[in-house]
Amino acid sequence: MVSQINLNQIDNMQYDVLKEIGNIGAGNATTALSQMINSKIDMKVPKVDLLEFKELSDIVGGAENIVVGILFTLEGQIDGMMMFMMDMGAARHLVNLLLGGAYGSETGKFSEMERSALNEIGNIIAGAYLSSLSSLTNLLITSSIPYMAIDMSGAILSVPAIEFGKIGDKALLIETEFGDTDNAVNGYFILIPTIDSYRAILSSLGL
Amino acid sequence: MSEMIKVGMADLNVCISPNAITTLGLGSCVGIVLYDPIRKIAGMVHVMLPDSTKIINNENKAKFADTGIDLLIKQMLAIGAERRSLVAKIAGGAQMFAFGANNDMMRIGDRNVEATKLKLQQLGISLKAEDTGANYGRTIEFYPETGMLLIKSVGKEKKTI
Repeated sequence: MVSQINLNQIDNMQYDVLKEIGNIGAGNATTALSQMINSKIDMKVPKVDLLEFKELSDIVGGAENIVVGILFTLEGQIDGMMMFMMDMGAARHLVNLLLGGAYGSETGKFSEMERSALNEIGNIIAGAYLSSLSSLTNLLITSSIPYMAIDMSGAILSVPAIEFGKIGDKALLIETEFGDTDNAVNGYFILIPTIDSYRAILSSLGL
Repeated sequence: MSEMIKVGMADLNVCISPNAITTLGLGSCVGIVLYDPIRKIAGMVHVMLPDSTKIINNENKAKFADTGIDLLIKQMLAIGAERRSLVAKIAGGAQMFAFGANNDMMRIGDRNVEATKLKLQQLGISLKAEDTGANYGRTIEFYPETGMLLIKSVGKEKKTI
């Protein structure tokens, strides 16, 4: 049986499965990040939120809060988008951990080297997330190169929101907070499969 | 006391001077302001997609350029705006990420702007000013008292159109 999915009326079983996907994906991503910066990173239990577009930009501190968004387009047996988003403080913290603060200034704009490091962080995180999703579902997923934007969170979130907008009036967000012991950094993983890919994911897991 | 009325994503609202109306962080979406300069009544809709007829799930009218403008006009007339007096200003429709040229998502901002202009043209509403395209987000505030649209972006000077 092929599951029907309507984002406005997700049943409990579908919700749990999507949450588990977020859990496994973000878990692997956090491990990858931790190895990359050679520092312990803790991850909180992911939250799965079904939000109205109106509420969407509030998750990262308001629509005008400046954030770094790294977006990937997905193809293969699951297509859609995946986005990794963090606030400027978190991005700065990660870049400094990775590069030892040797490039660019402590504050203000990111240098070319730092932007490239951020893209690489995005790449590794998304790769870990997607490979766990791929082995869980046994579906082939290929991801694009990272596309980065640093801007108001509302403006950045408009891109995945528009994709959600094509299939419903709400956005499904799998949000995971992570951080090292003394300096919490907030990161958000957003997975946005197309409606057909939702079906593919759920049916691959026997739903 | 004047108030700043907020419009969210896929949302719309109306306002009468001295109040003002705003939407925060427009990306590829388009913020459409319609106003009646004589009665100082304005409305704003934050649309995400160009065309409601291309989408199966189209209950939220404020999500689309075509149905959003229709609904906005209806609500403005209900609070006393005159249909023939209405003029428009628009902003947004940016391309936030530098996708490749063959990517369907790439042109969504442009398509939103095109659909908005087409709809305004069909309705005979004159477009007084626009600040659209490019690759950055915009917060907009509209003041029906003066008819001015203030645009704020990250790392850029404020501008008024």
